[in-house]
Amino acid sequence: MLEDKDRIFQNLYNDFGADLKSAKQRGDWKDTKEICGKGREWIINEIKASELRGRGGAGFPTGLKWSFAPKEVGSRPHYLVINADESEPGTCKDRDILRFEPHKLIEGCLIASYAVNAHKCYIYIRGEYFNEGQKLQTAIDEAYKDGLLGKNSAGTDWELDIYIHYGAGAYICGEETALLESIEGKKGQPRLKPPFPALIGLYGCPTIINNVETISVVPTILRRGGRWFSSLGRPKNTGSKIYCISGNVNNPCNVEEEMGIPLKELIEKHAGGVIGGWDNLKAVIPGGSSMPLLPKETCETIKMDFDACVENKTGLGTAGIVVINKDQDIIKCMARIARFYKHESCGQCTPCREGSGWMWRMLERMAKGEATRDEVDMLLDVTKQIEGHTICAFGEGSSWPVQGLIRNFKDEIIERNKFDPIVKKQKDIPYLVDQHLLEKENA
Amino acid sequence: MAVKKISKVQPEKFEFNKKNKETADSIIKNYPSGKQQSAVMALLYLAQKQNDNWIPLSAMKYIAKYLDMPYIKVYEVATFYSMYNLTPVGKYFFQVCTTTPCMLRGAYNLVDVCKRKISEEESCLSEDGKTSWLEVECLGACVNAPMLQLNEDYYEDLDPTKLEQIIDKINNDEVPQPGSFRGRLSSEPENTRKTLIGNKNA
Repeated sequence: MLEDKDRIFQNLYNDFGADLKSAKQRGDWKDTKEICGKGREWIINEIKASELRGRGGAGFPTGLKWSFAPKEVGSRPHYLVINADESEPGTCKDRDILRFEPHKLIEGCLIASYAVNAHKCYIYIRGEYFNEGQKLQTAIDEAYKDGLLGKNSAGTDWELDIYIHYGAGAYICGEETALLESIEGKKGQPRLKPPFPALIGLYGCPTIINNVETISVVPTILRRGGRWFSSLGRPKNTGSKIYCISGNVNNPCNVEEEMGIPLKELIEKHAGGVIGGWDNLKAVIPGGSSMPLLPKETCETIKMDFDACVENKTGLGTAGIVVINKDQDIIKCMARIARFYKHESCGQCTPCREGSGWMWRMLERMAKGEATRDEVDMLLDVTKQIEGHTICAFGEGSSWPVQGLIRNFKDEIIERNKFDPIVKKQKDIPYLVDQHLLEKENA
Repeated sequence: MAVKKISKVQPEKFEFNKKNKETADSIIKNYPSGKQQSAVMALLYLAQKQNDNWIPLSAMKYIAKYLDMPYIKVYEVATFYSMYNLTPVGKYFFQVCTTTPCMLRGAYNLVDVCKRKISEEESCLSEDGKTSWLEVECLGACVNAPMLQLNEDYYEDLDPTKLEQIIDKINNDEVPQPGSFRGRLSSEPENTRKTLIGNKNA
């Protein structure tokens, strides 16, 4: 277990208050000038040495991402964009950073902007977080007043302006290119990649996009050294992470812990255990709703970091852990997640727009036991037709939870849905061909 | 599921009041010159606040002129994002999160209360016309589930009895204190806090 002195977010539970004075007492804004004085190369190398991986879900190495920004500013200005469009079901870590640790984020913005040559930084906050946005705005105003932002930010001789841009309730705007579209005042529909935003992003200019948590840990890493951060966890999965534990646990909570902490320890120790005891556990969604669920057997042993989750056919994602116990109907839970994706699909790519609705309707029927036996395979086939056939990762995000359900609870679905297929399969022809036309009786 | 419908009854004219005009101009300055279109989301939000929590078509036309962009682009944005109400909603607008983490902790019991105490159908005004409710997707406070959003504030850690009390207060035009209804200050674990003990109640 991580020691309290090694926790980066000392004010995660708002014991001190979020204002500048108490933030400074906690060590924020200390030596910012000296850190920037060591130069861009040093900052990026130190972040690379820390092996920090993006906390927004994909886990891309942050130092590497920063190094993609052009070294010299050409005719186009550079931008830094912070993704605070936190909408993944099960995740509520960025909200606490915005309202309780805003100065960590602002200081991180200054250092990151300096490292990638940006003079303007936009923070994209989801529209529902209006109050959190107001708190961040208060902190930004405080920072301007104290000379930490503006012409000569914190004495670094670097000019930086931070603006907040509110979203308006679209999950897809958490996808980085959709987020850029949204800032440009358009519908939030993802762009084709390449070109990647690091070269052609906001207004066609080089843009680096990072999650709130990623940027907020940067100042502490640079103060304590990349070596310190990489000493936590294991190689390639370093540092600490805020885990959000929700669902059927006795004490749902956010907690900052070391990477690679066993899932069982998180649930039993920090969240007060599963409601009805550990034996009452049915499944756990480990990384926000788009990651496949884990059955109880895996939950006993799995360690929560990027690579261990991938080994167990799931992903760490945003580390939003949703615990589901045996009092719940697992198929219904997944049907509700499928409904979420149906609602949030931006409608740009056909497989996702149509497929997410199919998955939702099939799962709703399966939850009621109104489906036929062969539809389980059909559902799996639908997920495979969405996955990998869309512009952005939403296709994967919507089909993985369904695949996880079928992988782990296929028997349960089949047991509930015993109807015979409406059309008996006689020939080995894929279902996409209208089978009823092949049968004389139905013709 | 929420369906976006344009209200049949539309006001003739819409114009920002003086204060909103100033706010709008300062928001436009946040973006590079020539990129004023970026401000469309914020301006739609201002229009919604000014016009009793919903956006009429005339406001979209007004904003299109204001930002020098085609009307259809504003219409696209207004219909794409779910937080823009295109039909009148209650002065007190309840948005109940029912996505899986909230559902696991009984969000549908809150929906039942809303059905009983506000209106049978979602997006319909209550009898006195002051309140309405809507089922929405994840609001990002999963650790404090079940929860709902009343206008801009989050009401967390609810149960049906507490929601009934909230609605009763609202019907008397009293807005209860937002936040947790189980006495939590943030997303800390209740009773069993194991971390940052030294900071506690600092």
